[in-house]
Amino acid sequence: MIREVCEIISNEGLTESVFKMTLRLGSAGALKPGQFVNIKLDGLYLRRPISVCDAEGDVLTLIYKVVGTGTEKMSKMIPGEKLDILSGLGNGYDLEKSGDTPLLLGGGVGVPPLYLLAKKLRESGKDVKVVMGFNTAGEIFYEKEFSALGCGVTVTTADGSYGKKGFVTDALPEKYSYVYTCGPEPMLKAVFKAIKTSGQFSFEERMGCGFGACMGCTCETVTGYKRICRDGPVLSKEEIKW
Amino acid sequence: MVNTKVNLCGIELDNPVIPASGTFGYGYEFAEIYDINMLGTFSFKGTTREPRLGNPTPRIAEASSGMLNAVGLQNPGVEKVISEELPKMRKVFHKKVMANVSGFSVEDYVYTCSKLDQCGKVGWLEVNISCPNVHGGGMSFGTSPKAAFEVTEAVKRAVKKPVIIKLSPNVTDIAEIARACEDAGADGISLINTLLAMRIDIKSRRPLLKNVTGGLSGPAVFPVAVRMVYQCKKAVKIPIVGMGGVSSAEDVLEMMLAGATAVEVGAENLVEPTACKNIIEALPGAMEKYGIKDLREIIGAAC
Repeated sequence: MIREVCEIISNEGLTESVFKMTLRLGSAGALKPGQFVNIKLDGLYLRRPISVCDAEGDVLTLIYKVVGTGTEKMSKMIPGEKLDILSGLGNGYDLEKSGDTPLLLGGGVGVPPLYLLAKKLRESGKDVKVVMGFNTAGEIFYEKEFSALGCGVTVTTADGSYGKKGFVTDALPEKYSYVYTCGPEPMLKAVFKAIKTSGQFSFEERMGCGFGACMGCTCETVTGYKRICRDGPVLSKEEIKW
Repeated sequence: MVNTKVNLCGIELDNPVIPASGTFGYGYEFAEIYDINMLGTFSFKGTTREPRLGNPTPRIAEASSGMLNAVGLQNPGVEKVISEELPKMRKVFHKKVMANVSGFSVEDYVYTCSKLDQCGKVGWLEVNISCPNVHGGGMSFGTSPKAAFEVTEAVKRAVKKPVIIKLSPNVTDIAEIARACEDAGADGISLINTLLAMRIDIKSRRPLLKNVTGGLSGPAVFPVAVRMVYQCKKAVKIPIVGMGGVSSAEDVLEMMLAGATAVEVGAENLVEPTACKNIIEALPGAMEKYGIKDLREIIGAAC
């Protein structure tokens, strides 16, 4: 865990409710795919956890959806403003398990943490397939960015307004070596049932501290009680009690 | 040079700053970012006789200048705390720790306290009769003078270490409870635990916390805590550990003026992991600013 005050480089809308913020910080290179940062915002007591979308050099990219007071405040911030963050939180995805043809499944704002993961897997020469699920065409973001990494990308929309109609589980490829996923819990449950291999699932929970002290985000797993913020947010399929 | 040392129930503290139970785990996460040996001591995560998972999530909600929690005393149970956590705590913290204990019956409290009383690492037993987030125990002992007396007396009979009873603010007259604890032989009292509270999500029309209610803490409760420490100071002679929304060196001074011998810092640890370090480092400067040479002079000075 590192506490830093960093400057906002950019903050712009990708869709009506999803924003992309880039920040300048000293430790971005140390962030692993699947980790998150916890952000202090003026006028709010608890920090807000946001997953890392990309960390390249000293630039950190966060993609977030406006769902409440915290993210609303974030969406109004402008370049040059400073943000107090705790970074390097959470365990992150374990890349060692990927095999040669990993499959990445993302739903909505569960897509962003898969970007840095896809990048790292591509850098190590893996054949990466990505299935991204959204509700409707207007909510889609980052399709081109994943393609530019050299990933095979499939987009699904629940209403069929773009790509394949249905959910990510309706567009699983025939063959894959391992699964990495992040998205809303109903999607994760569907993925859990549908996949043929093992995999890693990234979870969301309301957090107090975000670094393991308060036990605010504990869940029960096959291997005991785990704090989503510290022992997660990524759990392996074998650990999950579904 | 100013003197920040205080004496809490016969044990000297380098300074009065103590991370509060439930906001500091067993200290490990904080030891990664600063040397926690600078703390007066710390009160580790509440321990019960049996292991507890705690309440279903969400357990946390935001409030103006504060937060609600309904963790529900998650802990691995006293046996594991003694066999696994205390040896690990010993590695990161070289002073005596405060063991916070909860229970669901007088027998539970006596059992758990007796076990922890045998541990050399434990300096004080902080007996929590005020957890608002568990059913059939916790706070029910802290809201009746008779029940508070009974649990205090039973624990005191069973242990040798100093016993500090942690009181609930969710009562009509906290001084009455404090007196009952003193009469039963308590070595000290600590207060306040969290205030029973609730938030509702307007969109879903449902409580934000799965437990429906939770405990409010953070700067929002600080004035309530100061008032209650003051009332207790007027009512009892035993030392008081003041807590509730403390987040600065000035807050520590204010709490001590109200009557606290030592001060616990809770919620602030969660949003600012170096909160206690910052407060301890700022304390001598704040004392000089207000002409305080020795912290012991100001304990209860406002009373």
